[in-house]
Amino acid sequence: MAAVEIDVKYVAHLARLSLSAGEEQKLGAQLGNILGYIEKLKEVDVSGVEPTAHAFPLVNVTRLDEVRPSLSHEDAMRNAPAQSNGLFIVPKIVE
Amino acid sequence: MLNQLTISELVAKLAKREVSSRVATQACLDQIQRVDGRIRAFISYDAANALAQADAADQAIAGGATHAERPLLGVPVAIKDVIAVKGQPLNCASKILGNFVSPYDATVIEKLKAAGAVVFGRLNMDEYAMGSSTENSAFQVTRNPWDTTRVPGGSSGGSAAAVAADECIAALGSDTGGSIRQPAALCGCVGMKPSYGRVSRYGLVAYASSLDQIGCFGKEVGDAATVLEVLSGVDPRDSTSVPQPVPHFAAGLAGNIKGLKLGLPKEYMIGGLEPEVKAAVDKAVKQLEKLGAEILEISLPHTDYAVATYYIIATAEASANLARFDGIRYGARVDGADPMELYGKTRGAGFGAEVKRRIILGTYVLSSGYYDAYYLRAQKVRTLIRNDFLKAFEKVDVIVTPTSPAVAWKLGEMADDPLQMYLMDIFTISCNLAGICGISVPCGFTQKPKLPIGLQLLGKPFGEEMILKVAHAYEQSTGWHREKPPGNG
Repeated sequence: MAAVEIDVKYVAHLARLSLSAGEEQKLGAQLGNILGYIEKLKEVDVSGVEPTAHAFPLVNVTRLDEVRPSLSHEDAMRNAPAQSNGLFIVPKIVE
Repeated sequence: MLNQLTISELVAKLAKREVSSRVATQACLDQIQRVDGRIRAFISYDAANALAQADAADQAIAGGATHAERPLLGVPVAIKDVIAVKGQPLNCASKILGNFVSPYDATVIEKLKAAGAVVFGRLNMDEYAMGSSTENSAFQVTRNPWDTTRVPGGSSGGSAAAVAADECIAALGSDTGGSIRQPAALCGCVGMKPSYGRVSRYGLVAYASSLDQIGCFGKEVGDAATVLEVLSGVDPRDSTSVPQPVPHFAAGLAGNIKGLKLGLPKEYMIGGLEPEVKAAVDKAVKQLEKLGAEILEISLPHTDYAVATYYIIATAEASANLARFDGIRYGARVDGADPMELYGKTRGAGFGAEVKRRIILGTYVLSSGYYDAYYLRAQKVRTLIRNDFLKAFEKVDVIVTPTSPAVAWKLGEMADDPLQMYLMDIFTISCNLAGICGISVPCGFTQKPKLPIGLQLLGKPFGEEMILKVAHAYEQSTGWHREKPPGNG
């Protein structure tokens, strides 16, 4: 199984994951090996086969539109890393 | 020692008021004090809270409550650190959740509490349930009670080790590719993964949503049946839970297995299977034959593609599910000048190596230009794997395999070779891809060192009753499950 080249820096950016140079190198080599192994799926004839997203797909799962107990504002904020006046604090987004 | 009892043994004593739940719960806490410095199955536990629940159970029993109404009344059950318990920490054995405390109970926890269980402890695991050895925890390394130089398996290694070391009566875990059955096999206890949709995942932190299931660990098959019955059922808060009637699993255990057809997949007799594992499984099959079952060879032709299929689908789903851990609404945060920098730094500092590996892999296989080649193709191969099972189940009632190709390996042995570790999941992974149910039961030991071997029974979708019955008949005729690790006391 041939190793596959993967642009770790670009993919890590897509995943919003900061990696050190050392991590990038190590992950690149390991993922190359794993993807090389995964290449074996290309041997399988999948023509005419429907994809499976769920083993038991249920459709139109609905329930009555009833108000039920839910998290209080206070409970929802309890684990916030930074908050003020009942709001999450985030870095400036709009210039 | 009360902590060594099975659920049915403990319940009998509680019902007759021979012992109290407080004393039984204290026995578990004492055992943790005694052995967990060595085993390290628990990340944390709240002893006062556990004892308060035990006292409430004792009061209920004194007030006339019965185990017919509340089957786990007074029974200590410990929880994998991936399931939300209101007011208790929830970390998924990761740094990124910081000091997170669950604001609500998972549905399975509500059900356990309604059934009277003493719900306690946060059991160690591979970070976000990603791994097969529990070495990927950001907190601690859990050791196998049979040999503390070896892994307990994973990802629910803490759950399996805690049950095997008699630190609790039963435990909950989650199984995405074998994370209940494989550690149960490696630690010598019973591990049950229900069919996809049988148990609500509301309050289970998602890894791969089309594969994840909550299940349980016990000291015998009857315990797994009792707990599974409590956990099962459709839940309006999990739209993937399936509206199937829930059988009385424990009542279905009795009776013989004469005439049942058991299938042996020829593709599972692979080169990498350890000789002593093969010998134990062969012997178990002979035993099942002796009990009156008919053994047939079957074929699951796409077995060789299961690991590759799994590691595309599971990582793709994980990359999406774990996007929510971004340092904004909960958990640890590393500040940045703008949101992008904050996300990157928070996630870079908060996730461990295996989680990063799987997020990158999953992001890659979903990225523009690769989706059809990887993700869509894997979903199609998944259909073929599933069809293999459905076809096999036209001929047989239950499929019998080893749970793991190897017994517990040495800590650190595979730490630098993720692919080798992934390949250890070969026998358990297809079950999740197909959405069927599976159970692992002890079926013997290696000679030297003495390490447990697990037998896996796979059943039809929602066929838990059948595999529990076969597992029970096998277990009761052999007694492997009664063997205890050295040092349990």
